[in-house]
Amino acid sequence: MIELDRVSVTYGVGHTALRAVQDVSLRIASGEALGLVGESGSGKSTVLRAVAGLIPHAEGRIAIDGRVLPNRRPRESRKIIQMVFQDPYGSLHPNQTVDQTLSAPIAIHRLGDAERRIMAALTEVGLGREHRYRYPHQLSGGQRQRVAIARALILEPRALLLDEPTSALDVSVQAEILNLLTRLRRDHGLTMLMVSHDLAVIAHICDRIGVMRGGRLLEMTTAAAMAEGRVSDPYSQQLLRANQTLDPAAIADVTA
Amino acid sequence: MSATNLRIGAPTGWRGWLLDSAPASRNQARLGRWYRAWLGLRRNGLAMTGLVIVLALVFVALFAPLFANHAAAYTQTLTDRLQPMSWAHPFGTDELGRDIYARVVFGSRTTLTIVALVSLIVVPVGLAMGLPAGYFGGWIDAVLMRLTDIFLAFPRLVLALAFAAALGPGIENAVIAISLTAWPPYARLARAETLTWRHAEFIEAAELQGASHLRILFTQIVPLSMPSVIIRLTLDMAGIILTAAGLGFLGLGAQPPSPEWGAMVSSGRQYLLDQWWVATIPGLAIFVVSLGFNLLGDGLRDLSDSRG
Repeated sequence: MIELDRVSVTYGVGHTALRAVQDVSLRIASGEALGLVGESGSGKSTVLRAVAGLIPHAEGRIAIDGRVLPNRRPRESRKIIQMVFQDPYGSLHPNQTVDQTLSAPIAIHRLGDAERRIMAALTEVGLGREHRYRYPHQLSGGQRQRVAIARALILEPRALLLDEPTSALDVSVQAEILNLLTRLRRDHGLTMLMVSHDLAVIAHICDRIGVMRGGRLLEMTTAAAMAEGRVSDPYSQQLLRANQTLDPAAIADVTA
Repeated sequence: MSATNLRIGAPTGWRGWLLDSAPASRNQARLGRWYRAWLGLRRNGLAMTGLVIVLALVFVALFAPLFANHAAAYTQTLTDRLQPMSWAHPFGTDELGRDIYARVVFGSRTTLTIVALVSLIVVPVGLAMGLPAGYFGGWIDAVLMRLTDIFLAFPRLVLALAFAAALGPGIENAVIAISLTAWPPYARLARAETLTWRHAEFIEAAELQGASHLRILFTQIVPLSMPSVIIRLTLDMAGIILTAAGLGFLGLGAQPPSPEWGAMVSSGRQYLLDQWWVATIPGLAIFVVSLGFNLLGDGLRDLSDSRG
């Protein structure tokens, strides 16, 4: 579904140039959820933004659904892949109601039937009619993130990019959003590429996990292997020790 | 905003409908937003004073014939020249025996016309130059901003003088001359506002949904830039009125016999010591209206700052 071949991103030129991502290659099968973990500055979010098409100067080959996409994305490709941003306070237009935010993509792609689509998307993410005409400042952080997810879903994409979707939320709300994402993935067969610094969050959603550091993909492992501590790269082991809270049973309890 | 809600308690009726935290339609949500802004403005006494003055100006200009006799503003009665204030002439008469009260009332039309026309030119031009500069950056930014710099370098009154001298004096040319020198700050402001929001995540989200640049500019960035542009415009109104009056004073604005406050001050100059009202009354009108716009602008700025 999503295929990256030697993708690199460089910021700046000359000797001040910063190589944020270096030759990252990976494949995500249809319906699979892949997580990228790593510390701040490891390039994980940059990979995600390159896949989304937000980095016009990304090098390498990015193919979605078997088609190689240019950095200037055709409008049609937007319907296949959508993204949920990290900060629910910054990803919604402050002067627009939920209704306006959700109508825009319908208008852009001339989908029609706005009324039904908006209500369906709201129901899907667990919001009701009473939230439809509210402004973002009238919503809680968790509700805002639900609106952001509804906005991503309204085009009925097949793949979802998640940029630390829970890191700006408090713990109880985090669990709700993670459960929502898990359910959406199951119901719609969504392919997911998720980025987080929190191994527990990644392990909750993803089957396979990639460890990134310094712009490189160090190791590709699975959630199960991570949980059992079976990782080969020394840095991955370090990362695992730093996330000692990772206990699959405990997570299952909290988020059940 | 929620503090307002608490203070009122649980409002009912149309206020409850406006302050409803779960509006049932697009219009209710929008009206509710306006109503909350109004509640904020209402608590600011000075801003309300400004608003009352500005509304009074608009009202008087629209319904001038209700307040004064049109003929009295134009008819010259040389036997009645330079009369002091009386019941027949509340503000006295000028050097040609015209009623100053009527001329001040009808002069508000001239002032309002100039202000309205200048705003209609300055805001679109400023946005057209500033939005693309901030949004696209690069060479577009460089070209548009250097152009803005050039216009910013002209002294306002001198350019207006040259312009009026070249095209001939008159209200339309005064408007063009003022607009020509008034738009650059709006271009700068629009660019700065655009730069603030350019890399916001909601702009990226709109891009990801396939929105065109034009759509993003008009539906996402313009609504966010408009408040500061409107505030700036309100604060600039006083300057525009004063420039217009200055041009009138120099004989380059509205032409006699049409009443214009600046020209009235100019003609009263010679009688300032003995017949003080001839220059003072239109001067006071300029002062009050400028003050009104400034107070309103300050109030609007406070309102937008507190919103956060």
